[in-house]
Amino acid sequence: MEFLNTNLPYILAGISVGGQYALIAIGYTMVYGILRLINFAHGDIFMVAGFAMVYLSATLPLYISIPLTIIITVLLGFAVERMAYKPLRTAPRMSIMISAIGVSYLLQNCAWYITSGLAKQYPTIPWISESISIGTATTKIVTVITPILTIVLVIALVILIKYTKIGMAMRAMAKDFETSQLMGVKINSVISFTFIIGSFLAAIGSLLYFTNYATVTPIAGAMPGLKAFVAAVFGGIGSIPGAVIGAFIIGICENIIRMFGWTTFSDAFTFALLIIILVAKPTGLFGEKSTDKV
Amino acid sequence: MAENILHTEKLTMQFGGVVALYNLTIDVNEGEIVALIGPNGAGKTTAFNCITGVYEPTYGSVSFCGQTIVSNHPQGKMKKLYLGEKGKEKLKRITPTPDRITKLGIARTFQNIRLFDSLTVFENVLVAKHMRAKQNVLTATLRLNWREEKRAVEESMALLEEQDLLQYKDDLASSLPYGLQRRLEISRALATEPKLLLLDEPAAGMNPQETQELAEFIVKIKNKYDLTVFMIEHHMDLVMQISDRIYVLDFGKLIAHGTPSEVQRNQRVIDAYLGVADDA
Amino acid sequence: MNEKNRNINGVITPTEKANIFSNSLGFIKKNWIGFTLLASLYAIILVLEQVLPVSSMLFVVLKKGAIYALVAVSMNLCNGFTGLFSLGQAGFMLIGAYIYGIFTIPLEARAAVYQYFDGGIINFTVPVPVALIMAGLAAALFAYLIGLPVLRLKSDYLAIATLGFAEIIRAFFQWDKLGPVTNGSNLLRRFPVFSSTLYPFVVSSICITIIVLLINSSYGRAFKAIRDDEVAAEAMGINLAKHKQLSFTISSFFAGVGGALLAMYQTTVQAAPFKAAMTYEILLIVVIGGIGSVTGSVLSSFLFIACSEWWLRFLDSETYIGSFRIPLLASGFRKVVFSIIIMIIVLFYSQGIMGTNEISIDALLRFFKKLFRKGSKEEAT
Repeated sequence: MEFLNTNLPYILAGISVGGQYALIAIGYTMVYGILRLINFAHGDIFMVAGFAMVYLSATLPLYISIPLTIIITVLLGFAVERMAYKPLRTAPRMSIMISAIGVSYLLQNCAWYITSGLAKQYPTIPWISESISIGTATTKIVTVITPILTIVLVIALVILIKYTKIGMAMRAMAKDFETSQLMGVKINSVISFTFIIGSFLAAIGSLLYFTNYATVTPIAGAMPGLKAFVAAVFGGIGSIPGAVIGAFIIGICENIIRMFGWTTFSDAFTFALLIIILVAKPTGLFGEKSTDKV
Repeated sequence: MAENILHTEKLTMQFGGVVALYNLTIDVNEGEIVALIGPNGAGKTTAFNCITGVYEPTYGSVSFCGQTIVSNHPQGKMKKLYLGEKGKEKLKRITPTPDRITKLGIARTFQNIRLFDSLTVFENVLVAKHMRAKQNVLTATLRLNWREEKRAVEESMALLEEQDLLQYKDDLASSLPYGLQRRLEISRALATEPKLLLLDEPAAGMNPQETQELAEFIVKIKNKYDLTVFMIEHHMDLVMQISDRIYVLDFGKLIAHGTPSEVQRNQRVIDAYLGVADDA
Repeated sequence: MNEKNRNINGVITPTEKANIFSNSLGFIKKNWIGFTLLASLYAIILVLEQVLPVSSMLFVVLKKGAIYALVAVSMNLCNGFTGLFSLGQAGFMLIGAYIYGIFTIPLEARAAVYQYFDGGIINFTVPVPVALIMAGLAAALFAYLIGLPVLRLKSDYLAIATLGFAEIIRAFFQWDKLGPVTNGSNLLRRFPVFSSTLYPFVVSSICITIIVLLINSSYGRAFKAIRDDEVAAEAMGINLAKHKQLSFTISSFFAGVGGALLAMYQTTVQAAPFKAAMTYEILLIVVIGGIGSVTGSVLSSFLFIACSEWWLRFLDSETYIGSFRIPLLASGFRKVVFSIIIMIIVLFYSQGIMGTNEISIDALLRFFKKLFRKGSKEEAT
């Protein structure tokens, strides 16, 4: 109990950041499930959402700037898919991945150009930025809100995928891309929809994440993006519950490592975990095994 | 009695819930041409993949020239599922990778031609010589292996000349017409200096004329290189004409085996190919 | 640039190949034009160094371009010729840079460099060429160890795993506890650097020549076979694990040497800049040059560096014509333009400059002969 009391802030932070990773990880896992593409630009879309909020809230009230941020992020996700991935639908997988890296490079450089590379102060969103004390720890309300909001959104998403027509199309495409195309699934609109959902969740994630961290930089998206991807792999890529559980595990572990004073290794740990998982169980916690046909 | 060259023992392969191959026991003797036939999806290619080490069989073993090359006798559920009891033999797992099996002397072709598309015809054959050359990465880089390399080049040229492919040697493999790609794939397999050649539907997509030529070609290379040939084929003319013995698979199980004339008369084979009425 | 002529040394037919393999002297004889060109390139650089001021941007481009060319070609060996999508290049460069720095800082400078760590624990130095080779070997050793588990993974998992390893390496080198060796997150400096542009050129051209020799050897063919079709390559008796490991390790060796050269160029080393972004940059160079083309990688390295360090610099500075400020020009705009160009290449010219072709001396000769003949014909008519 003593241990818990002293370290509660770290664990709370872990759960909170885990929820934020989860929101990003879903975007990765859904896109990978359908296109077999690591969308390297996803982390940067998350970063752009942060900047959009910074610039919009400077002139507009929050009740307009928040929805507008989400809309801009969604449009960006949609545009990236249409412009950078759709033309390469039949190209080798390496080309699409390179295109994703190119988009990531482009978004980072654009952000750098617009901001002159300076870190921008993230606006304070009232209520969720306020302090709250849990047990012995004092933290922001956002820390508590994040996991709850994450779980609500994930449940909504799972329902969407399970019970709606477009959800069924997404599942079909994840199973077999060509066949579902033959069965009349409109692949382009389903893929766009997937990117829209992914970007929407990334936008929500960025609202929560940057409220916690207070500043946005052009490379702010890279690390959370990679970590969220690791979370997706950890949980078994293609599986939404897997991604969420993976994200929480990574968020918590990372903060426990900080707790022990090994801050230098908190990023490295995530990747070590990734490599262990890939070697021991390449399909992740909840992934399906597949055999290549010769 | 010719010596046994390939033997599979109760080879079983399961993909998830699908049993693609069940208790396949076959023998191929030295110098024979043996065919494996069966309707689509009968598990013929799966058998090849198990023999060459591409798949690890769920159960069973493969031996080549009396040496066990693939063996999987797992304990527990899988074994109970297929054999009902634990059996007395020692449980062991041997699975050399496909490259080691090729080095032992089993070469194969693929159902859907798998050439190295960005390499030239000549390089495709030369690649197959790579594993037999005495060299390491240092000697190869510094060209100290020039004797080996020269030998490989000469042998490959000879092989291409013999297969009438010499004129295409500098063309990209992918630019060859279909029939020549097939022939190149066989040449490439021959370049690995095999004792046993596995051909996976060598006559696929060929017209009767070409099939006839292929039959002669197979017999020719068999005699010239002292090969044993084990092939999967759908063209019955070809199969009946050149094979010494035939194995028939249906739904992963062996349903008949014998000389061409025996197999032709076998009722179960006819049923498998023509289908059998439910109320019969 | 002939389709069939895919060999950088100008080797065309197998019989000619056979001749070359028959003795190593033949190789030199055959490639005397290449060697002459290389020698004259060195001479030109020497002359330029005498003529132009030291601060000329040309030297920056030449130095950095040569280093990047080496790193890009080494990445191409792994990603382009063997089909292993590895993103660990920055990590291996970092190892090379650090190993070079650690073992060459003169003893008398150590107390100042390792001021927070009592002068460090390494009390000897090695000569520069030895340090360069050690840099490569250390990177290769790491790559070998990393390769054992990760090379079994499929393309995109391999990419993310190697990227992850690069991050781990970076964290490791910044670790305080390793400070006596790596100087923690502080700069390594005062190690020997090169003064002449010729230095990186010579080292880099030796390394690239070795890579080219490897690519054109029996092993190179095996690598290409693996790239084209793993299953068929295995059926041809090529040991996938061994050959992938070889390609990955050798590629990292040269990345390590490249890292050491970069350290010499920068005169200081710090772990922080060796991020994933650096790997991406090198990958994009490879893509622009053409995945699977050595000359393409070399060409695009120089182009890339020339554009980013020199030709497009003007985009970064605010410019006025009279009192009119040219719109858009501001710090960072160069990189935006750059990334747009890259996206255009990725999307519309996925073959890059060279595709999988090479500029070969033979092809160039034939080209000039043709040009010459055409010219003389025109004169005749």
